[in-house]
Amino acid sequence: MKYLTEYRDPVLAGQYLEEIKKAVSRPWTIMEICGGQTHSLVKYGLLQMLPKEITMVHGPGCPVCVTPTHLIDRAIYLAKESNVILCSFGDMLRVPGSEKSLLQAKAEGADVRILYSPLEAVKLAQENPEKEVVFFAVGFETTAPANALSVIQAYRLKLKNYSIIASHVLVPPAMEALLGDPETVVQAFLAAGHVCTIMGNSEYYPIVEKYKVPIVVTGFEPIDLLQGILMVVRQLEKGEYKMENQYARVVREDGNLSAQQAITEIFEISNRMWRGMDIIPHSGLEVKEKYMAYDATKKFNVPVKETKENESCIAGAIMKGLKKPLDCSNFGTDCKPSHPLGAPMVSSEGSCATYYHFYSAAKEAEELQ
Amino acid sequence: MCLAIPGRIKSIEASNEGSMRMGKVDIGGIVKEVNLQLVLEAAVNDYVLIHVGVAISIVDEAEAERSLAFLEQMNELDEFYNSQSGGESSGEEEEINKKIKEIISKMNS
Repeated sequence: MKYLTEYRDPVLAGQYLEEIKKAVSRPWTIMEICGGQTHSLVKYGLLQMLPKEITMVHGPGCPVCVTPTHLIDRAIYLAKESNVILCSFGDMLRVPGSEKSLLQAKAEGADVRILYSPLEAVKLAQENPEKEVVFFAVGFETTAPANALSVIQAYRLKLKNYSIIASHVLVPPAMEALLGDPETVVQAFLAAGHVCTIMGNSEYYPIVEKYKVPIVVTGFEPIDLLQGILMVVRQLEKGEYKMENQYARVVREDGNLSAQQAITEIFEISNRMWRGMDIIPHSGLEVKEKYMAYDATKKFNVPVKETKENESCIAGAIMKGLKKPLDCSNFGTDCKPSHPLGAPMVSSEGSCATYYHFYSAAKEAEELQ
Repeated sequence: MCLAIPGRIKSIEASNEGSMRMGKVDIGGIVKEVNLQLVLEAAVNDYVLIHVGVAISIVDEAEAERSLAFLEQMNELDEFYNSQSGGESSGEEEEINKKIKEIISKMNS
């Protein structure tokens, strides 16, 4: 496929690895923000091939993983209502709530459906006027415009039976939270290419300046990742800190203005709880009052109980880059994708699940590092 | 979750008032209906990046090629800097700067 195959060229990848080896003179710790990037780094075996001086730590960029338990509990509560069709991206279904997952609720008879796009949920609402269609709108900045479009579409169609549970998180405030943590080990970031496709690069310049940390907006294919790592390493070695864009073929400096407009039409910024981490100021999106009729958490009276995390799960430390999945004593034993203790073992972009699926490769990488 | 894949626009539907801009996009041989509301300037044959059924960016062909040629140009620039680090006479400074500008502009153009 054009724009994919050429970025998976093994010969070119080899040349990049050589360049990275030449550029590195001492140890560096680099965080890739996005779970999709983690997935590629492990899947293509890049972690093992990087010089031992480079440690990649895996960031919190898996929206499914950071969706708080109480929102999953709310979704499950709604799914059990007899007139509700609860729709979600597939990744969300097996994530454990405080008692069960959406998949278990489905097995018990709830009408839970996996959809590829929120716009399909609007269509479903049109086709089922006697039902309430609720979409579990999870995602980072990348997904927020599509979820916003679904509300805009429902509004234009004057649908009364469509609403969303907004579980939107924003990347830059999380990066600041990580950098502000005195325990942080992160010296540079590969920023999430598709988040920047929407939002552009402007939010990152102040972070670069304030924390004197190199940030390179990076794509998801092996060549993208290696190029991003090389750009970051060259900055680190020279003692520079700059904002650079490796992924310019899709990321424009200002991002996608139409997409940003769709977001600001429907959502406003709020403080947000990140599962396994904490409340991060201004790091979430909530449905604006104007569109309250489309906010499932306001439309339906859902009793919410205080919930607590499984205490033996170290997801928080993993998402802050302080621990690796293989540091967890439950990894692969009490915690597997089939019965996860925490969310990062569920989503294909959760670092625990990624390590689990490519376990042998990952283990070798850990030993080498 | 933030997975997005490139595809080529095959056709764009004439949008009615109030409806979203839609089109058919060839994604590795499979043709899918995609929402084009956020890439209003996209035309047939453009490659767009698709995320959860919505096109979120037009792929810039020149940037794509530049990114693939990055290594070559980086090395060219490095070699040039290195070759100049042996104490050339200052009279040639202008020419050196010109050459550097040339390489940089090739990288940025």
